Order: sequence, then C-alpha cells, then structure tokens
Amino acid sequence: MLRAENLSYWIGESVLLLTVDLAFEPNKFHVIMGANGAGKTTLLRLLAGNLRPSDGEVYLFDKPLKEYTKQELAMRRAVLSQHYQIAFPIEASDVVMMGRYPYFKTAPSRNDKEICSDSLQLMQSRELAGREYNTLSGGEAQKIQMSRVLAQIWEAQKGEQKILFLDEPVSHLDLKYQHQLLETAKELCKQNVTVIAILHDINLALLYADHILFLKEGQLVYETQQPSSITAAMLKNVFDVNVTVLQMENGKRVVVF
Amino acid sequence: MASRRIRDRVRGLSTAGRVRKPQVNMQLRNVSYSSYYIGLAALLVLTLIISVRIGAVNISFENIFSYLFTSKEDSIERSLFLKIRLPRVILCAFVGAALSVSGALMQALFRNPIVEPGLVGTSSGAAFGAAFVFVMGKTLTGPLVDFIGPFMLPLFAFAGGLLATMIVYRLSNVFGKTNVNTLLLAGIAVNALANGGTGFFSYVARDPQARSITFWNLGTLSGADWNAVYLVGISTLVGILVALRFSKSLNALLLGETEAGYLGINTERMKVQLIILNTFIVAMATSIVGVISFLGLIVPHLLRIMKGSDNRFLIIGSALLGAVLLNLADMLSRVIVKPSEFPIGIITAFVGAPVFLFLLIRNSRKQQQGGFYA
Repeated sequence: MLRAENLSYWIGESVLLLTVDLAFEPNKFHVIMGANGAGKTTLLRLLAGNLRPSDGEVYLFDKPLKEYTKQELAMRRAVLSQHYQIAFPIEASDVVMMGRYPYFKTAPSRNDKEICSDSLQLMQSRELAGREYNTLSGGEAQKIQMSRVLAQIWEAQKGEQKILFLDEPVSHLDLKYQHQLLETAKELCKQNVTVIAILHDINLALLYADHILFLKEGQLVYETQQPSSITAAMLKNVFDVNVTVLQMENGKRVVVF
Repeated sequence: MASRRIRDRVRGLSTAGRVRKPQVNMQLRNVSYSSYYIGLAALLVLTLIISVRIGAVNISFENIFSYLFTSKEDSIERSLFLKIRLPRVILCAFVGAALSVSGALMQALFRNPIVEPGLVGTSSGAAFGAAFVFVMGKTLTGPLVDFIGPFMLPLFAFAGGLLATMIVYRLSNVFGKTNVNTLLLAGIAVNALANGGTGFFSYVARDPQARSITFWNLGTLSGADWNAVYLVGISTLVGILVALRFSKSLNALLLGETEAGYLGINTERMKVQLIILNTFIVAMATSIVGVISFLGLIVPHLLRIMKGSDNRFLIIGSALLGAVLLNLADMLSRVIVKPSEFPIGIITAFVGAPVFLFLLIRNSRKQQQGGFYA
C-alpha cells in the first residue's frame, strides 16, 4: 500500500537517508527504531509527504506521493507528533475539529461534529472537550491530539484505507497513557488503518509491532516481521548498548539493560 | 414574575457547573459568536452616531437628520457635515477595521500575539512609499505615470509596505519557525530605515508638504474626503472577505506549519498570499491616513480575551471592534485641543504601547517557563 523505492534524502553535504527500500503492508503496526540521528524522523516525514525525497520515490496505492495534492493526502493519512505548542487560547474541542478540516470548506457538518465527539469518546477524553488547550497536562493534551488525528482518519471504519503516522507519540507520557494510546492504535489496525510509528522503547515495540525496521546512520540495517526474533547482537549493532533478551513464558521477549 | 426569573437564574447557575457534552458545547458556541457580532455591530452604530455629532463644531441630531434626508439649505454647517464630518467618521471606521483585521491576520501568520502592522514595518514601509509619491510625484512623468495617475499614491504605498514586510518576515523566519527576537529587531531596523526615508523626503520637500508629512507620520484623518472613503472602504471590505476564506487555514496554523501541512493546507502558498493581502489592506489605509500604530495589536487581543482564538471570529470581530475603537480615539483627537486637532497616532500609541509592554513581559515569562513559543 505504501512503499519507498531507492529513497534518499540529503541537505548539502550531509546525507540523512541513503537508498532505503521499504514496503508497508496494510493493516499492520509498523515500528521504526534507531538511535538519535539515525534518520527515523526524516524517513517518516518523507513517507508522510512533508519532505520531498532528494532521490527515489514514495508510492501510495502505486501512485507517486508527489502526484497527490496536500488535501488528498490529508484525507489519506494523519500524523501525530511528539508535542505541540499553541500560542493562543483555544478550546480542546476546536483542536479536535481541526482533524476534520480536510473534509469541509467553511463550517463543519453535523457528521463532522459527530465524528469529533466519537473520537473524543474513543480516547476517553470527552470531559476535556470544553477545556482550554494550554491548561491541559502533557498526557491530556496528547489525548486531545490523538482524538484529532483519529477524527482525520475516521472514515477507515467505513472501509477506506488510511495511514496513521506516529512520531514518537509517547516519549513524554506516563505508562498508562503510553499503553492507552498504543492500544488504540493497535485496535485501529483491525479497521483498515496502517500504523507507522517511531518508538524509542524497544519493549513497547516488541509488545505492539507486527513489523520492526531498524535504521542506523541513514540506512536500513534490519527488518523483521517477527519481533520475537530480535537478538542482543542486533540491538548492540543498532544502539551500541549491551542488552539481554529474555524469553517469557508466553513466548514474548523482553529486553533488559 | 420576578421570583420566577430569579428561580430560572438559580437553575441556570446549578447547570453551569456540570460538564456539558462537547457536541452541545460546539453548537452553543456558534450561537454565542453571532450574539457577539450583533453586540459589536450595535456598539459600532452607536459610536458612529455620537461621532458625527461631536467635534470642533457640535452638530445637533435634528440637524444631522435633516442634512442627511431632507434639507437642501446651503449653510456652512451642512457642508461641514456632509463634506468633512461624515466622510471622516466613515473613513475612520474603515481604517480601524483595516488595521485591526491586519493585526489579527499577522498575529495568526506569525503565530505571535505581539505582532501588528506598525511593528513589522508594513505601515512605515507604506508611509515611505506614499511620502515618495507625495514629494517626488510631480517630477515623475511619462505615459505610464499618466496611465496610473491618481493611483500612484496607493500603488507606491503598497509596494513600500510589501517590501518592508517581506524583509522582516524573511529575516525572522528561520527553518520554518518565527524567531520573536529577530522579528522585533528586524522590525525596528526596517521601521527606522523607512522612517529615515520618509524623514529625508520631508527634509528635501518644500515647506507646506514637509509639515503635512510630519503630521502624517503620526497619523491623521483630517485628509478625509469621499474619494478616500471609497478607496479605503472598497479595499477594506474586499480584504476582509478574502481574509475570511483563510480563517480555517489560519486556525490550522496554530498547530505549526508542518502540522497544518498534514491537515491539507499549502502553508507556503498561504503565507505569501496572506502577506500580500495584508499589505494591500494596510497600504490602502496608510496611504490616506498615515501611520496609526498599536490598534492592530490591541483589538485582536481584547477579542481573544473575550472569546478565544477562532480566526473567523477574530477577523469579523476585529473589523467591528477596530472601527469602534478608532472612532473613539478620533473623537478624542477632535475634542482635546478644540478647535484644533490632535494627531490620532499619538492617542493610539499612548493607549497601545502599555498593552504591548504588558504582552511582551507576559510573553517572555511564558518563554522562560518553557511553554508557549519554540
């Protein structure tokens, strides 16, 4: 559904991503991992259409990404970033409504309002709707942002294929929020949503991912459809950290440091 | 009857504390936006009525009514009212709307509450362009000049405003983020440059012109006539209508440029379009009345305190409230030193500069606390 061919990106002399070939199967939870500066965010921004590749091409439904308008793309995929700064007072419900901006011209329809209300419900954040965004805690704010991106890809439930990009969505959230957010994303994979996430926590990745990609110095070094097959040697190579991979009784793996 | 009203009020209070469903909430808010519009519009009408009455010569309501609809008499008071007072009050409303809407647009674009046309160089650039025509206009000849004719002044004002705004925007925008410090410093430099240029023209100009340039740098509505009303009126109304089409995109921009792009908005194109639109609105007004600072700063700020940052509300509200406030300031400028008049730019600066300082202090505090701006 989404694939990258021979993808490279450089600014001046510095190469951020070098000849990466990738394919993302639909309705799966894909996780991109790698050390800081490995090119994860660059890759995500290229895949999401925010950056134009210096070389190579990204294809969405076999059509090059550059042939989509911003509007068309906004109706195909949503992006949740790590955090947001909003300079002016705005109600949380207005932030959620932004997810519907690609779908209406001036005023939201009844349907748009219902979708916002439902996506708030899904994130268990209805009571936050009337609050001023800048007074929310980090976790609450991220739930509102997640509600917003859910509203943007809501039509997935009606059978349209959508992509959800998560750019380190849980790095500053506490345990409960981390799992709530990733579990919601995992649930969406059953409803025509393909999730592509950058995660820092290897154990979270092992828990949720169907497919893990490891980047190192702008290149794809490992790729596995079976997260349980990762080894300490692989992690040593990618992160330059000595770890132990433990096997649990249920077959899952846990990485300890 | 009275007891029932009280009971209703108490009931209203008891429901106010409860959490409302978000959907109901959204609908309620649309209703209350229009009640704000109606309130502001009523306030504007009231201000206009009082404003046409008061001045160097007070004109009674009876006379105003008869001058407008019935009287054909050839009195000084009548021609004062129809040729000076009335166009001035209407022009003032349009200029107030133009500057305030411009402030709202610029604040949304720069994603910063301390931006306004006077600070980022738009006004002084436009003033420089206009001063150029003012002094040098007669020396320019040729078929093109003849063709442009009466539109020389607004055209040069637009060019000057656009140049100044572009320079400040380019300098302050580093890697897609607006650096507030660079913005303010670049604004100071460009303003100084433009003011220096205007000062130069006022120096080389012959006396009567020079005096009017100086006066005009402080802003004045004394040049109001019906032609000015048509020019500023049309440009402002068109500008506001076009600006409203951007209100959704400007809201999305609250999240940041990248995020607005993810929501389907072509941010690069929008920025250029908005700077041009904004310069157009400001330059038309500035070419007639000179530099009036700080109005564009205060008005959107007041509205945000009242009812949040939805840009659709801010644009419509700024147009109405801006017209009201500038008319109040103009009334003041006409009565303080009666029968002479006080430059209106001084009044807006006296009121606006403290508000600006307050915002600046609050802003830097928030920055220190790690929130708000990147």
